[in-house]
Amino acid sequence: MNIALLLEMAADGAAERVALGPRSGGASYGELLRLARNSGKWLASQPGPHAGLLDGNSAAVPLLLFGSAFAGKAFVPVSYRLAADRLHAVLARLGPGVLVTAPDAALPVPLPEGLAVTVREQFLSEVRDGASDSPTAIPASEDIAALLFTSGTTGAPKAAVLRHRQLAAYIIGTVEFLSAEPGDAALISVPPYHIAGISGILSSIYAGRRIVQLDAFEPRAWVRLVNDESVTHAMVVPTMLGRILDVLLADGERLPSLRHLSYGGGRMPSKTIETALRLLPHVDFVNAYGLTETSSTIAVLGPDDHRRFAAGDAASRRGLNSVGRPLPSVQIEIRGPDGKAAGPGVSGEVFVRGEQVAGEYLDGGRLNDGWFATRDAGYLDADGYLFLDGRLDDIIVRGGENLSPGEIEDVLVEHPAVCEAAVVGLPDPEWGEQVIAVVVPAAGAARDAVALQRWVRERLRSSRTPARVEFVPSLPYTETGKLLRRQVRDQIAVNQVVSPT
Amino acid sequence: MTPEAGTVDLKPGSRWRSAVCDTEVVVVRASAGPVTFRIGGAAVFRADTGQDRPSPNRGGAQPDAALAGGTLLGKRYTDEATGLQVLCVKPGEGTITVDGRPAAVLTPRQLPASD
Repeated sequence: MNIALLLEMAADGAAERVALGPRSGGASYGELLRLARNSGKWLASQPGPHAGLLDGNSAAVPLLLFGSAFAGKAFVPVSYRLAADRLHAVLARLGPGVLVTAPDAALPVPLPEGLAVTVREQFLSEVRDGASDSPTAIPASEDIAALLFTSGTTGAPKAAVLRHRQLAAYIIGTVEFLSAEPGDAALISVPPYHIAGISGILSSIYAGRRIVQLDAFEPRAWVRLVNDESVTHAMVVPTMLGRILDVLLADGERLPSLRHLSYGGGRMPSKTIETALRLLPHVDFVNAYGLTETSSTIAVLGPDDHRRFAAGDAASRRGLNSVGRPLPSVQIEIRGPDGKAAGPGVSGEVFVRGEQVAGEYLDGGRLNDGWFATRDAGYLDADGYLFLDGRLDDIIVRGGENLSPGEIEDVLVEHPAVCEAAVVGLPDPEWGEQVIAVVVPAAGAARDAVALQRWVRERLRSSRTPARVEFVPSLPYTETGKLLRRQVRDQIAVNQVVSPT
Repeated sequence: MTPEAGTVDLKPGSRWRSAVCDTEVVVVRASAGPVTFRIGGAAVFRADTGQDRPSPNRGGAQPDAALAGGTLLGKRYTDEATGLQVLCVKPGEGTITVDGRPAAVLTPRQLPASD
């Protein structure tokens, strides 16, 4: 079982249907398969076991993904936003091989040895002109389909290994073959080096849904593309949704073609999802929780859940903070510090097991009896809904009580004087850790720490009230909008030494 | 590889083709124990070794007339008694049987698209 088979099946079942690009003039499934096989032959003629990509979204992404499968190589999309030294380190680690790049890619000088750089257009022209008849290899289930560098919000980035059998199991277990309606189109705007960039291609191909790509995310371009290409499906990370809503509010656009919007890849602020539900009542919302190491989604909060929770009172609306229930094809278990399974409502570490769960890095596997420790903290409620408290390393332990920074941040950003907020724990002789809030004030708003402390105390228990509120001009995020809490904490700890309060 | 006496090692991920029709399947879930797996009433061949391609008309071999219900591309077939589940990756005219029982088409899943 391998991911190339998914494309071969779609080409067998719907050869003439448009697979990629505009409604008229896009590539059919038959054509995409031909190009992918050519890509495989071209990649097979290149040195090294990897096929690298340093670029945004274009036809080169699916062609390298499937072409790598046909060539028996691993597809390695690399972030084009890495600093030069980090990029050099990542490319050096991959060793000799082909690297397809954007025309204007900023490459490290000197390049690591053995790297054969090919500009995207040159790659696409090689692939278009290649002979199409000779058969290509059948990749083995155990072969590596993709290597993805994780965002590393709590440490150095690691190269996650995803094998053919895991990605194929995820798709076959969650997507019904050629189930898309004839007019369906999915907009892929997350970068290709994000797991959703890969799973989005595989899901759409297997479902028979036309893929529309946005080179790099920009909210106004995203809205325009949805309208121009009658996009019905899209996936965004929370920061992208926030910026899209700003455009909708400013321009009065309401995305009439859109029917289905899934989101994931970080904590969704309550304010953002409630605004989205209000502005786009015709859209089905899906909250998807997953990790690179689990081949994407492992739990979903579906459209009916969203509508039911949003229609209820304040207690019911808290359900919107859930990431939903586990997929039928995976098991999720919460374990306490003693390693034993925790009961409903009790927080612990989220463990997951299933055929799609890879839990492996270049330096070795991390599965224990099939179980993967996600390093995410959370709990399952009595109805089986999963709630996340954040990364385990970010949980604040104050006086023996586990506090979720995300819960406190959610309350802070509801205050009109707050634009962004980060909550971290710092060592405290009395409590173990104390709660520190770092706030980016709203434009022109007063910097009133006492008012913000009172605001939190009135809405959450007093243990969650920040002992201190710091005001900063901006907060550090990863390129897909994940808050770099460790960086905030390090910065605040340094400030504390320099100017004790 | 030659067809064995109907008992084959149906490992997850392994691919098999019919000796009497165009059907090819990939094993999604292994059975609880050894089973006799047939398509169109005949034993199956390994299809993922890249060898032993069938001749265009398979020497005139055809599915058993009583086991010619056909397979559909992309459908998952399952045998409840043993837990075996296969995915049809090439359709054909034969019926999939497990220990003589016709395998059932699995009901489509109702999961919302998440990526």
